[in-house]
Amino acid sequence: MATAADGRFLAGGHALLPSLKQRLDHPSDLIDPGAIAELRGVTKAGGILTIGAMTPHADVANSAVVRASIPALADLAAGIGDPQVRNRATLGGSVAGNPTADYPAALLGLGATIHTDRRQIRADDFFVGTSKTALGRGEIVTAVAFPVPEKAAYAKFSGLASRYAIAGVFVGKSSKGVRVAVTGAGACVFRDLDMENALAADFAPRAIDGLRIPVSGLRSDRHASAEYRAHLIGVMARRAVAACR
Amino acid sequence: MPSVSMIVNGKPVSAAIEARTLLVQFLRETLRLTGTHVGCDTSQCGACVVNVDGRSVKSCTMLAVQAEGAQIATIEGLAQGDRLHPMQEAFREHHGLQCGFCTSGMVMGALDLVRGSPDPSEHQIREWLEGNLCRCTGYHNIVKSIAAGAKAMRG
Ligand SMILES: Cc1cc2nc3c(=O)[nH]c(=O)nc-3n(C[C@H](O)[C@H](O)[C@H](O)COP(=O)(O)OP(=O)(O)OC[C@H]3O[C@@H](n4cnc5c(N)ncnc54)[C@H](O)[C@@H]3O)c2cc1C
Ligand code: FES
Ligand code: FES
Repeated sequence: MATAADGRFLAGGHALLPSLKQRLDHPSDLIDPGAIAELRGVTKAGGILTIGAMTPHADVANSAVVRASIPALADLAAGIGDPQVRNRATLGGSVAGNPTADYPAALLGLGATIHTDRRQIRADDFFVGTSKTALGRGEIVTAVAFPVPEKAAYAKFSGLASRYAIAGVFVGKSSKGVRVAVTGAGACVFRDLDMENALAADFAPRAIDGLRIPVSGLRSDRHASAEYRAHLIGVMARRAVAACR
Repeated sequence: MPSVSMIVNGKPVSAAIEARTLLVQFLRETLRLTGTHVGCDTSQCGACVVNVDGRSVKSCTMLAVQAEGAQIATIEGLAQGDRLHPMQEAFREHHGLQCGFCTSGMVMGALDLVRGSPDPSEHQIREWLEGNLCRCTGYHNIVKSIAAGAKAMRG
């Protein structure tokens, strides 16, 4: 990667290859880290669940360790795309490639840490804007470390064609407090602090019943208007709180 | 040009190919195994599904070089002489196809489902078909076919 003029890592290829076919990206080199066994798999030590960047969604969905420690994460992985997408697309590709995908909500909602070949980055500092992350040139995500919460759940309203979230809300409750992460609705995954405060006082769907979700900053496109997305965020958040386990 | 080697339907194959060759191009154009179809080329339709080391994948969204050393199964490898594979036979018996364009992807996807769940419920089958589009059948008979194929495979 160091010698490539404009190289890209090729993980599951389910975002990168479609963009190459459409000539939206013109990398000089592709580097597939698929053969590096250390980048794949799930381990749990202390209260931390660590998942290798090259682990495909299906392996997370089917992992007994993930299901036992953070069932919300297994459910989230099982709800991405379709079975064939889940067999190829990876955690690292989802996190590095698209801050409006499902996984970024789990990273932010659980207060995860992204491990790279150079450093560790908190999820709060990682997702910085439209298609932008804190990754430097040639920096590779090696794993993501998720603190195991008391309870958590993810609820999403999917687009009919792709299953990407039109609005998805991940709620995580731990000894450090409550985190509410919203994805798909804005240009980048974000936390909703009003909901977090309300849920810290009373962890029940009714606590966020009357809260108004600001419309500014939300996307309007052919799938949904910003107003509709704001409404969906409230509905998904209440569903996630009710489903927390 | 890089060379690539893999096992396709039990036979070792190698060829020198352009690095950007998709797995589906390698199967159809280099090996002339045209039973695997290209419906959309945008990772949506599942007509191109083959099994790579037992897992169903969209071969239009994987480079051939990424399958180096892998075991590939395509629709051509299922029948034994004139005898259809039980999953193929079930699609024939239960009218699980009309034009047949989606069928090889449906069958290869179904085999991956049955590998993990030998006795899938109707709900599981319908969920599993999320990535396989059919423009003809309305899916009911495909669901029936997969349930019957799974039953026949359980013996
Ligand atoms: C039909 C379809 C449906 C989908 N539905 C959903 C959905 O419902 N929800 C959802 O969240 N996503 C969905 N996705 C996207 C998918 O889950 C992945 O986010 C996407 O495929 C990227 O992961 P990948 O492993 O394929 O990465 P690639 O396509 O290989 O890479 C994507 C980008 O990330 C970079 N990259 C990859 N790995 C690393 C790494 N370890 N370190 C640094 N950079 C890296 C690459 O260089 C590239 O720029 C869908 C995709 C398809 C094709
Ligand atoms: S041709 Fe591969 S998914 Fe449609
Ligand atoms: S039988 Fe024609 S597309 Fe499925």
